[in-house]
Amino acid sequence: MVDKLPPKQRTKIPRQVMPEQEACQRAHNFDEVNLGLTEAIAQRESQRCLTCADPKCTHGCPVGVQIREVVDLVREGEYLSAAAKLREDNVLPAVTGRVCPQENQCEGACVLARRFNSLAIGHIERFVADYERQTGQVGLPERAPLTGKKVAIVGSGPAGLSCAGDLSLKGHEVTVFEALHEIGGVLIYGIPEFRLPKEIVRQEVENMRAMGIDFQTNVVIGKTVTIDELFNEEGYDAVFIATGAGLPKFMNIPGEQLAGVYSANEFLTRVNLMKAYDPDQYDSPIYDCRGRNVAIVGGGNTAMDSVRSALRLGAKNAYIIYRRGEEEMPARGEEVHHAKDEGVQFMNLHNPLEFVGNEEGNLTGVKLVKMELGEADESGRRRPVPIEGSEFVMPIDMAVVAIGTGANPLVQSTTPDMATNKWGYIVADEETLRTNKRGVFAGGDIVSGAATVILAMGAGRVAARSMHEYLETGQW
Amino acid sequence: MFPIKESRFLSGDVKLFRVEAPRIARKRQAGQFVIVRIHEHGERIPLTIADSDVEQGTITIIVQGVGKTTRLLNQLEAGDSILDVVGPLGEPSEIKKFGTVVVIGGGVGTAIAYPTAVAMKQAGNHVITIVGARNQSLLILEDEVRATSDELYLMTDDGSYGEHGFVTQKLQALIDQGRTIDHVLAIGPIPMMRAVAEVTRPHQIPTIVSLNPIMVDGTGMCGGCRVYVGKECKFACVDGPEFDAHQVDFTNLIQRNKMYRDREQESLEAFEADPTHDLEEAHHCHMEQKFPEVGPRTV
Repeated sequence: MVDKLPPKQRTKIPRQVMPEQEACQRAHNFDEVNLGLTEAIAQRESQRCLTCADPKCTHGCPVGVQIREVVDLVREGEYLSAAAKLREDNVLPAVTGRVCPQENQCEGACVLARRFNSLAIGHIERFVADYERQTGQVGLPERAPLTGKKVAIVGSGPAGLSCAGDLSLKGHEVTVFEALHEIGGVLIYGIPEFRLPKEIVRQEVENMRAMGIDFQTNVVIGKTVTIDELFNEEGYDAVFIATGAGLPKFMNIPGEQLAGVYSANEFLTRVNLMKAYDPDQYDSPIYDCRGRNVAIVGGGNTAMDSVRSALRLGAKNAYIIYRRGEEEMPARGEEVHHAKDEGVQFMNLHNPLEFVGNEEGNLTGVKLVKMELGEADESGRRRPVPIEGSEFVMPIDMAVVAIGTGANPLVQSTTPDMATNKWGYIVADEETLRTNKRGVFAGGDIVSGAATVILAMGAGRVAARSMHEYLETGQW
Repeated sequence: MFPIKESRFLSGDVKLFRVEAPRIARKRQAGQFVIVRIHEHGERIPLTIADSDVEQGTITIIVQGVGKTTRLLNQLEAGDSILDVVGPLGEPSEIKKFGTVVVIGGGVGTAIAYPTAVAMKQAGNHVITIVGARNQSLLILEDEVRATSDELYLMTDDGSYGEHGFVTQKLQALIDQGRTIDHVLAIGPIPMMRAVAEVTRPHQIPTIVSLNPIMVDGTGMCGGCRVYVGKECKFACVDGPEFDAHQVDFTNLIQRNKMYRDREQESLEAFEADPTHDLEEAHHCHMEQKFPEVGPRTV
C-alpha cells in the first residue's frame, strides 16, 4: 500500500498526461489514438486525489460511480478490486472512460479543478477497466436471487445496456432486443475505432452475457415484434424503450440528393459497423476518399468523428464547415484538438447554401456563404448571420451532413397509445421514466433528444430503479 | 443464424430460398423486405419477401446473382445458414379492392410483384399480370403467377416465349383496347418502371413502383436509400419501398445506384477469381466461439 501524501504535496504533482499516437502517424490508421495510462502514471495520478469527505466528483457523474473509493484502491494497487467497485455503478467502464466528456461531469466537479487541474478521473477509470480486461479476471457483481420477472429492453445502446445490467443484478430475467446485427448502438455504429475500439465494446457485452443477460440481434421492435406483443404473446412484465435518436437530419438544400452526399449516420455506419475502411476484408463499399476533397457540415462530436474518419480513408483535404465559431462548437475540446493536429481544416463561420453536381449526378462542390455572429439567441449562443455577397463555391468530391439527429419513429408508429411530443420523442415522467402506457418505460435519447453516452447510461439506471419498484409492487 | 430449409434455381442465375425465420414469417405482409448478411465480413443487402409460411416458420426470398453478395448467396444450399436476416421491413403494399389491377413484373421483379398480386387477388380484384424477361430462360414463377392471375401475358424481348415485346407494349395495348384499369403496380429494372409510369401518366392511372435504392440498415437510421418523390426526400426503407410512379425522380435513383459501381466490380472480380474464402466463411464462420470465456469472479 502506498501512503497518502499530505494534501499540499498532492497538489504539487502535475496532472498526468495520457500517451497518444503521433498525429502524423495516427491520421492514416484506425488504431486507437489515446494509448492509456501505464501503471506508474496511473499510480502517480491517483496520488493527486484529495480524498474528499463529500466527493463532489460522484455527484458530477450521471451514474454516480464511487470515484474516491475506486481511486483509493488504485493507489493501493488493488486494480481488480477497483474495477469491481466501478462495475457496481457502471456496466461499461472501459467505454465511459474513453468517451465521456469528463470535463463537464466528474472532472468538472472535482475540487482540484478550482485551483489546479482536475484529477484525470476518466483516464484512471479507463486504466482500471483495461487492466481488468487484460487479466481476463472480470469482477462481475453478485446477482440477487431470481425474481421470475421478465423484462424486455428495446435497443442495445448505452441506455439499454446500463438498464439491463442493473435489472439483471436485481434478479430479473432481462432480454435486450437490437435491430442491427451487433450489440452496442452508437458505441458500435457511431463512435469510430480510433476513439473506441470495437473489441472493447464486444468484451463488455460478453461480460453482460456472463451476468445472465440475453441479447437478441436482428429484431426490430415495431416491425418484427410490437410492444403489445412483447407483453401479450411473449410474456414480458415490463419494457424499457431506449431506441435512441437515430434519424438523420438533412439540411433540405438543393443538391443534397447528389451521389457523394452522406448523412453522418450512413458514413459512420459504413465505416464503423460495416468496417468499410478495410475493403480487403469486408464487403461494404464506401466512397473512395483517396486524394479527394471532403467536407463535413457540423460542429459536434459526430462531425469530428466523420472528418477524422475521412482523413483516415485518405482524403487530401478534409474540411469542417461550421456556421458558428470555434467557441460555440458543441464538440469536446479534446476532439477538436485531435482533429486539428491530424490536419483537419476548419472553416468556421461558413454555411452551405447548395451542393453542386455534374451531369452524372455526382457531387462536385458546395456553395458556401460566410457568416458573422449577431445577437445571442434563446440558447444563449450568438446567432450566426449570413454576410451578404460573400457566397462562393468550393470544389469538393464528398460531403457528410452531421447537423444532428431526430427520433426514429419505428416503435412509436406501431404503439399508437403511447404519448409522444411534437418532435416524435417519447413522453416519459422525468423521475420515474414511466410512459403513459402501463409497464412501459423510456429513457435516453428517445426521450431527451441526442445527448451523451453517459447521460443515456444515467437514464438507464433511473429506469432500472423505477422498473424494479414497479415489478416488486405491481403498482402503476 | 437463419437456416436455409430449401433452395432451388428458378432460372439461370435466379435462386429461391426458403429460410427459417418464424418471427418474420408471422408478421410479414406483401411488399415488405428483409435485410440479410451472409457472413461476418459481409455487407447488408435488401431482398423482398416473396412468400411466407407461418406454420413452418419460413420466409421465401428470391435472389438474382448480380454481384458478389448475391452470387455468394446463390451458392448456398439447404442446410447452410444465413448469419443475419432482419425484418419484415418497409411499409406493406396498399391492398384493397381497386377493381382491375395490372401487376407488371420484369425479370426478378416478378418475384417481388408476385406476393402483391396474390394479395390483390385475395382482396377481390380482377388481376391482370404482365410478366416480362429478356428471353424464355429468364422467366420465373410462371405457374405461380398464372394461378393468381385472371389474365396473364408473358412477354419476351426476343420473342423466344409468349409474346414478342416489352411489358409496356402490352400495357399500352390494354389501354388502347379501352380496358378499364384502376391500379397498376410495376416492379423490375428502373428503366422498365420509368417506362410504365410514362405509359400510364397521360391516362392518370394510379401507378405504384417498388424502388430499389442502395440500403444499409433498412430501419431509417441512415438515409442511404433516400429517394425523391414529388420533390420530397423519402427514405425508401421506412416510407416505401412502394411509391407513386408519377412522382418519382428516376434519374436521381439511377445516378445514386451507380455510386459504388467500380468497387462492386472489383469485389465481384475478386470473388469470381477465388470464391473459396467467402464460401468457407459462409459455411463455417458463425459456428466458432467469437470470444474467450470470461474468467472467474474476483468479488
